[in-house]
Amino acid sequence: MIAELRGVTFAYPGGIQALRDVSLSIGAGERIALVGHNGSGKSTLARHLNGLLRPSSGEVWLDGEPATDQPVAVLAGKAALLFQNPDDQICKGRVADEVAFGPRNLGFSPARTAELASEALALFGLDGREDDNPYDLGLSERKRLALASVVAMDTPLLVLDEPTAGLDSFEAGLLSSALDRLSGQGRAVVLISHDMDFVAENCDRAVCLESGRLRFDGPVAELFVREELLLTCGLLPCQVARLSARLSLGPGRFTPGSFLASLRAGRAGSGRQ
Amino acid sequence: MSPHIALDNLTYTYPAGDRPALEGIALTIEEGTFTAIIGRNNAGKTSLCYALAGIIPHLYGGDMAGRVLVDGLDTRESDVADLALRVGLVMQNPASQFSGARFTVFEEVAFGLENRGVPRDLMAERVERALCLAGIEDLARRSPAHLSGGQQQKVALASVLVSDPDILVLDEPTTFLDPSGAVRVFETLDGLCREGHTVVLAEHRLEWIARFADRVLVLDGGRIVLDGPPIEVLSSPELARIGLSGNRYTEVARLARELQMWTPDDPLAVTLEQAVAGLEPWPKEKR
Repeated sequence: MIAELRGVTFAYPGGIQALRDVSLSIGAGERIALVGHNGSGKSTLARHLNGLLRPSSGEVWLDGEPATDQPVAVLAGKAALLFQNPDDQICKGRVADEVAFGPRNLGFSPARTAELASEALALFGLDGREDDNPYDLGLSERKRLALASVVAMDTPLLVLDEPTAGLDSFEAGLLSSALDRLSGQGRAVVLISHDMDFVAENCDRAVCLESGRLRFDGPVAELFVREELLLTCGLLPCQVARLSARLSLGPGRFTPGSFLASLRAGRAGSGRQ
Repeated sequence: MSPHIALDNLTYTYPAGDRPALEGIALTIEEGTFTAIIGRNNAGKTSLCYALAGIIPHLYGGDMAGRVLVDGLDTRESDVADLALRVGLVMQNPASQFSGARFTVFEEVAFGLENRGVPRDLMAERVERALCLAGIEDLARRSPAHLSGGQQQKVALASVLVSDPDILVLDEPTTFLDPSGAVRVFETLDGLCREGHTVVLAEHRLEWIARFADRVLVLDGGRIVLDGPPIEVLSSPELARIGLSGNRYTEVARLARELQMWTPDDPLAVTLEQAVAGLEPWPKEKR
């Protein structure tokens, strides 16, 4: 297991109970969508995976060791966290320095740092922008820079808080290719998103929080048929799954091709070919 | 009906810009209509929102040619404070719009009204209505700084709705909202439209645009490249050319047409209901 939460409960200083007895294991190469209503505890859970927040009770394990006693600087080498708002993350005056900041601080050699940085920039279409000031980039470009900076840390686990928010469809495609690449390297990704089409097309497993409680952990296709839970959590199945349901086909069809193939097969099955 | 918004050949370049962010924009928008602006990032969506609210040119400077008339006012000749009474702007990043000076969501939403000296009773009533429209009655006593991203986005929306401006301009107001929160925002905007408000919204979420907008504008490189009702614009092959994908419903319909599962001359679906209607002839038995 790359990461494990064991009965994690967390309350913010003001008394807001954000996580209640959450247990979860994350294996190498997994792509997990963390979903739930606004204020359900997703970002709070994300911050437990790299030690920015520490559980009020329960334990977090990373890489086979309890994370509880380890400083954030050590945990940063195990789990890299993308903040929801790139401006909370960007701290350098040059794109090249921003993306190299993580690997450099993790102690990678200058040559390896340069390699990781340039690979990550290329993945997010920012090669050639090395000398720009991050604040001369548009908001979605800064989001891609923040994503590249997290990928460049070469950690076994990446925790991405709303990586799709504000991306256009072309940029979402870049993210999708980057996820394929990370899985190929055996790196695990936990991805918070409200974009159910992106989730359906890019994740195998879904974890759903409701008011700080873990309410679902299983295949995305199974989540999409849990109608009552989806309603409680303010979620909707992806577009193709909803269309499929309306035409009385079962769940699990997320692409136009597989959906239409099933619809056609339904016709053949009815003997009216 | 007279146009509520009129842009006459607007071209605008930011102070540090090497090319115009908006180029030759000619556009009229009627009162009580819902217009969506879509496009790749950096296509000019936010700049157009800023131009409607007078933030361009007043706060950014830069080089502006042409005219923007909002509710009969020429934005360049008008005071931003006067414009703010007519045009409410919800910004992309909710945190950049908070006063930072109020301790509860209720006070934050009341901030604009306080500054205008609205009587206390009326203020409380309007704040409560705005919280209700944004679906955040339960957050009234919370601190705006200690909310999730989606909750902050709803507070930003409420802070604008509270002033009840005739024209609402919203720059990606649902980015951080869960699906039901996003639908609720669109339903609220739809209701305000029916009351006669004019709504202009920049968004990436095409599903709700297809269902609620009267008109869709597509920007590319600072120019309007498509303009029409959702069913035309969102099914146009031009979208792919500029690097945008439409709804999955449209992809399904397009593929169905290729597979001869879609009536050849029917328009492609852009909403769930249209996709269901188009594919309904396929028999239901034994699916």
